[in-house]
Amino acid sequence: MRLSDLKKGAMATVTTVDNVTQQDPIADRLRDLGFVRGEPVRLISHGPIGGDPLLVQIGFTRFALRRSEAARVAIAAVED
Amino acid sequence: MSAILNPSRIALVGNPNCGKTALFNLLTGSRQKVANYAGVTVERKEGQFSTPSGRVLRVLDLPGAYSLLATSPDEAITRDVCMGRYPGEARPDLIVCVADATNLRLHLRFVLEVQRMQVPMVLALNMSDAAGRRGIHIDKAKLEQALGIPVVETIAIKRGGARALLDKLDSMTLAPPASLPAEADLHAEVNRLLSVAVTMPSRTAEIDEVLDRWVLHPVLGLAILTAVLFLMFQAVFSWAQPLMDGIAVLVQWLGNAVAAMLPVSPLRSLLVDGIIAGTGSVLVFLPQILILFLFILTLEESGYLPRAAFLLDRLMVGVGLTGRSFIPLLSSFACAVPGIMATRTIQDPRDRLATILVAPLMTCSARLPVYTLLIGAFIPRRSVGYLFNLQGLVLFVLYIAGIVSALAVAYIMKRIKRTKVEHSLLLELPSYRMPHVRDIAIGLWERGNIFVRRVGTVILTMTVLLWCLSSFPTPPAGWAEPAINYSLAGRIGHAMQYVFAPIGFNWQICIALIPGLAAREVAVSSLATVYALSPHGDSTASQLAPIISAQWSLAVALSMLAWYVFAPQCVSTFAVIRRETNSWRVVGVAAAYLFALAYLASFVTYQLARMWT
Repeated sequence: MRLSDLKKGAMATVTTVDNVTQQDPIADRLRDLGFVRGEPVRLISHGPIGGDPLLVQIGFTRFALRRSEAARVAIAAVED
Repeated sequence: MSAILNPSRIALVGNPNCGKTALFNLLTGSRQKVANYAGVTVERKEGQFSTPSGRVLRVLDLPGAYSLLATSPDEAITRDVCMGRYPGEARPDLIVCVADATNLRLHLRFVLEVQRMQVPMVLALNMSDAAGRRGIHIDKAKLEQALGIPVVETIAIKRGGARALLDKLDSMTLAPPASLPAEADLHAEVNRLLSVAVTMPSRTAEIDEVLDRWVLHPVLGLAILTAVLFLMFQAVFSWAQPLMDGIAVLVQWLGNAVAAMLPVSPLRSLLVDGIIAGTGSVLVFLPQILILFLFILTLEESGYLPRAAFLLDRLMVGVGLTGRSFIPLLSSFACAVPGIMATRTIQDPRDRLATILVAPLMTCSARLPVYTLLIGAFIPRRSVGYLFNLQGLVLFVLYIAGIVSALAVAYIMKRIKRTKVEHSLLLELPSYRMPHVRDIAIGLWERGNIFVRRVGTVILTMTVLLWCLSSFPTPPAGWAEPAINYSLAGRIGHAMQYVFAPIGFNWQICIALIPGLAAREVAVSSLATVYALSPHGDSTASQLAPIISAQWSLAVALSMLAWYVFAPQCVSTFAVIRRETNSWRVVGVAAAYLFALAYLASFVTYQLARMWT
């Protein structure tokens, strides 16, 4: 599953961030910001128009990501 | 150890939103100098402070960075200065790495990265009070031991909140820190540090959850944004009025006092009609500019601005901009120069260029003098409904006209220049914060200073130049027409009239447009000078409004308002575009399209208004 498929309010854990091009600065930056294996993420909200961008919480930080950016992040559902 | 350091230069580094600049303000107070790094327009802030032992240190506030794997010019500068690679900047003796104590998961990773640069460093856990309130306990001793560098707690928004840092600067020894091997996983190390030294019960601040539910709500959020912007513009017009009246009275008093002291002579005319009337009529707008910046700075400090970017991103992407363009464009409402400089936070080159090109369409505060003069003279002060007045509404429409045309221009550029590269957002929405009075005050002081210096330099120069143009050559004896018609300015204005007649501009306006190229607000002082020197006007700028309302038709006034929505009458804007893009071609494109739009808009406005009035 991809972060861009996550439902509003749902939690998951990150598995990987995939490069979409060979050199992918967006993917590099996502990893630096803490999108790494095992980190819990939560989808807080959507933008008002077309459900884009997404508001994602990782650790203590909230990031606005466009759908195409969030689609780089592979996630696994958490059982609770 | 006896090798007590003597760090003469220290640098503050840290993630964006770590409170680094607030700490810088706390350390240095007003002893700071704002300039640019050599060759680029990234803001360079340097200041001075002294430690309890009396040593004076120089401190550099480096741009915020998430990573040394730089993706923007700002981040590259932070990296290069710390490594001693930036030309003209000495490597700092000591890095004070600032981290938000409530967001260590993100900020500690950068601390570990900075450690690798082998510069002696101290970690400042900023906002330690907020961390305490949220039940986050940090074992300083354990963290110090695990990191191998001194750790201090700071509260940048509290007087004396940097005490621990200052003491540490006096007592520590300088040694490059140990750092992790290049292949080490920094995220794993951060998690290890957190488990060793930090206990944190709740994951986020509840207040953020609650506020974001309202502020980012699809309907309510946009309503709140609209209300905030509307309040801002109404405030600029109504709160500033008493202060502006006060300044106008002072200027008039000064003009009269000087006139009474000197005999009738060209010198008296230069002082009273040229310098005092000219600069006074621009200085009057200082209150409005300060109120506008007060709003922008408060919104910025509180953490609301990135939320607005989040709400508007999709809309901005639709027209070929980005949510990140919102902040530069909003700053451009105060002045396009800081706005265009703020575009450096947009990593994507196409998004950045588009934002730079449309930034001059945002209604900057320098247009306010022109708008205020024309609205005050031609639009009746009538209330509309219970809340608004007609003058405020016309101003609102002018602002909207700028915004709509900016969106249209950006959209057209997107159509012309299609790219396949993906454009990124990746925007942090920081915790909400109560804006701090000192930080706002320092920001306002900086902006006010820039404006007053402009009045003192560019505008004063142009005012004197225009007075000379309008006074010389003096007409020969027996010259029947007004003296200014014989002067150089009169002749240039009369010549320009042929080009500008289709949009309704008379020769006085044409004259005012020439020095008005330096800065938009100069047009007001120029008109004041032109009319003060004409036989009709026998006093200073304060009487300009009744003069023009008697001499111009409504169509002329509306045409001039339309002209100023578009016309790039600002040398500083061109200079900053040149510096930011390193291209005269972009400057040419911007100038050409803006003047063309201005002429077209004025032409349509003037012809339509003449048909209806």
